Amino acid sequence: MAATKIHAIYTDDDLLMQAVKQTRSANYHISEVFTPFPVHGLDHAVGIAPTRIAITSFLYGLVGLSVAVLMMNYMMIQDWPQNIGGKPSFTFYQNMPAFIPIMFELTVFFAGHLMVITFYMRSKLWPFKKAENPDPRTTDDHFLMEVDADNHDVEKLTKFLYDTGASEISLIENEQDH
Amino acid sequence: MSSHYEAPIREPLVLGEKSYHDISVDVGAPVLGKANKSWWIVFTIALVAFLWGLGCIIYTISTGIGVWGLNKTIGWAWDITNFVWWVGIGHAGTLISAVLLLFRQKWRMAVNRSAEAMTIFAVVQAGLFPIIHMGRPWLAYWVLPIPNQFGSLWVNFNSPLLWDVFAISTYLSISLVFWWTGLLPDFAMIRDRTKSPFQKKIYGILSFGWSGRVKDWQRFEEVSLVLAGLATPLVLSVHTIVSFDFATSVVPGWHSTIFPPYFVAGAIFSGFAMVQTLLIIMRKVSNLESYITVLHIEYMNKVILLTGGIVTVAYITEYFIGWYSGVPYENYTYLSFGAATGPYWWAFWALITCNLIVPLSLWVKKLRRNIRWTFFVALVINIGMWFERFDIIVVDLSKDRLTSSWAMFQPTFVDIGTFMGTIGFFFVLFLLYARTFPVIAQAEVKTILKSSGESFKRLRAEHGDDHSHVQTVEEYPADAGPAANVEGKHFDTVFDDSKEEDSENNEVDYELHRGKIDNLLSGVGIFDPAVHKQDDLKMINGVGPVMEQKLHQLGIFTFEQVSRMTDREYDLLDEIVSEFPGRAKRDDWAGQALTLKNKN
Repeated sequence: MAATKIHAIYTDDDLLMQAVKQTRSANYHISEVFTPFPVHGLDHAVGIAPTRIAITSFLYGLVGLSVAVLMMNYMMIQDWPQNIGGKPSFTFYQNMPAFIPIMFELTVFFAGHLMVITFYMRSKLWPFKKAENPDPRTTDDHFLMEVDADNHDVEKLTKFLYDTGASEISLIENEQDH
Repeated sequence: MSSHYEAPIREPLVLGEKSYHDISVDVGAPVLGKANKSWWIVFTIALVAFLWGLGCIIYTISTGIGVWGLNKTIGWAWDITNFVWWVGIGHAGTLISAVLLLFRQKWRMAVNRSAEAMTIFAVVQAGLFPIIHMGRPWLAYWVLPIPNQFGSLWVNFNSPLLWDVFAISTYLSISLVFWWTGLLPDFAMIRDRTKSPFQKKIYGILSFGWSGRVKDWQRFEEVSLVLAGLATPLVLSVHTIVSFDFATSVVPGWHSTIFPPYFVAGAIFSGFAMVQTLLIIMRKVSNLESYITVLHIEYMNKVILLTGGIVTVAYITEYFIGWYSGVPYENYTYLSFGAATGPYWWAFWALITCNLIVPLSLWVKKLRRNIRWTFFVALVINIGMWFERFDIIVVDLSKDRLTSSWAMFQPTFVDIGTFMGTIGFFFVLFLLYARTFPVIAQAEVKTILKSSGESFKRLRAEHGDDHSHVQTVEEYPADAGPAANVEGKHFDTVFDDSKEEDSENNEVDYELHRGKIDNLLSGVGIFDPAVHKQDDLKMINGVGPVMEQKLHQLGIFTFEQVSRMTDREYDLLDEIVSEFPGRAKRDDWAGQALTLKNKN
């Protein structure tokens, strides 16, 4: 299936925001926006759902805490309940103050690293991944909005995008998109 | 439409007439250009120190810890002093990137990347000491709770030294991913700007294929925020755990509940001092004075002042409690023959002078904004905080409960050499970083440009708070054909006031200014077409076609010449070309030309 898209390049973030709002209200579908820096409120304007990555982090933190508790309970209380400097090793809670630093650290360790790995996997970022920004200037000072043109009159859409202030407009045809 | 309002009382954080592209250029310049001679000189010195330190470490491990100046009474001295010192230095980086992010401090953006780099490199140095101060470092893996053939013999989770292992490794690894994630957009910028295929390949790998999609940015910001939320308690906990090494002991002077917050405050104090030391040099060497401004330095000085005050209160508290406790040992450590008047009186008074007295000068606004003085104070604090750790560790150990165990400590050349080696290693890493990494988080600085950039603040002051920085759609007439709205056709960029330039009547009155022109050329050097190549002076921000023409008439053709301009030449130029007085100085043509020259 041939997918036709239009790439509209803007030179200013405020202009881009305005263009995104206009394009959405004109019922055109914005398939992607590439920006060189986080434009505040752009995700909301484009209409993408909020990210749930913070929730995953919380759950990972709970995993870390459980690992710490189970590990230390097993090693210090169950497996070798030794007397080390008079510390009470009869039950977990009796010696818990000494375990708190590691419980804390492992919670942070799991919450931080697993969330970052989740982020890399969800956003498809890894060392040998090829960059997919269509124009190298979008990491410098240009803003690119990609609009689906499949079911639209390209002439009219181009004219519309042009009126939103795009400084460059190009028609992209992908022969094999999927 | 957001108006990017910011209270006019706030000073600009980005100086000069910068555009988004200018930021990329300025940040990319040190990476895309070549190292100069002074970089190689400093790098060589650091490398030699590092290799020397490496030799000392190998000597220690192969011969035994006895080559250090430790004795039976003082089993910890320079090793742990340096460890705590380096860990403390690392804390400012996380503070800047995490705590200041939580507090939405915009000024952190220009300094966080380097501060985080400093964290990573300082923690690497710190991480060496727990290994090399071991008697049998080849068994260091025994500190990890790994199932094993000794009936699965585990570690003892009661020891703060084991907590250290978890704290330092968590701290290093979390700082590393926090730093790296923030670097992705900046690596992507370098990847897309470089012309060398090798660099393109390397930065393509380093940037993990970052493309800057809106969804990526949404996640990126959330991840940064959560990591900042995790790193803030982490930074407090790590130095707390380091302080537990002492605070949980029974040694008079060590056993103290004030240590955790007091060590953390001291860590931020010394860490910011190190950030100042590094950034004051870096802004000069890498031509980043527009981003790391005097305001940034002043803000960091204020943090130093605050944490220095906290540390002072802690010292006084320690003294008060030493006396108030009525415990003779405590009282002894602190008052009679202890710290202040004992054999280590010099270390004690070095601490008081460096940490309490000298930083007080930062209360004076003039000194706080003085870059040279700041640099001096920062160095003094770094020395003072080393003495603080030395005093806590060595002085308290040297005279403990039994008088028969009293001893003194004398470092050997191996102690000193190892410390020098870590300083060398730190600078080796930092110098390599400064040449290969984007040292300013350009993606973040771009987000504050419109609210805190000097030119935009000026525009707001002139046109009111709600002044929009873009032309509205109505101003892009569709009938003018495609690309009618390209910059320069229907509107001028806000950075360009070429309107002022009158293309008619563009002659410099040669006869009238002959003396001044000769004087000017004597300052910047004469252009000889036989050996020099003409540069495109229009690349300098503020030089338009008309100005270039005038410069050519004066005999200025190269960046080299422009870069030699000082205040004297600026004044002469203003007298000869009277249309734009002060323009050259305001835009810092010489600085820009220097950057452009080095890039070629």
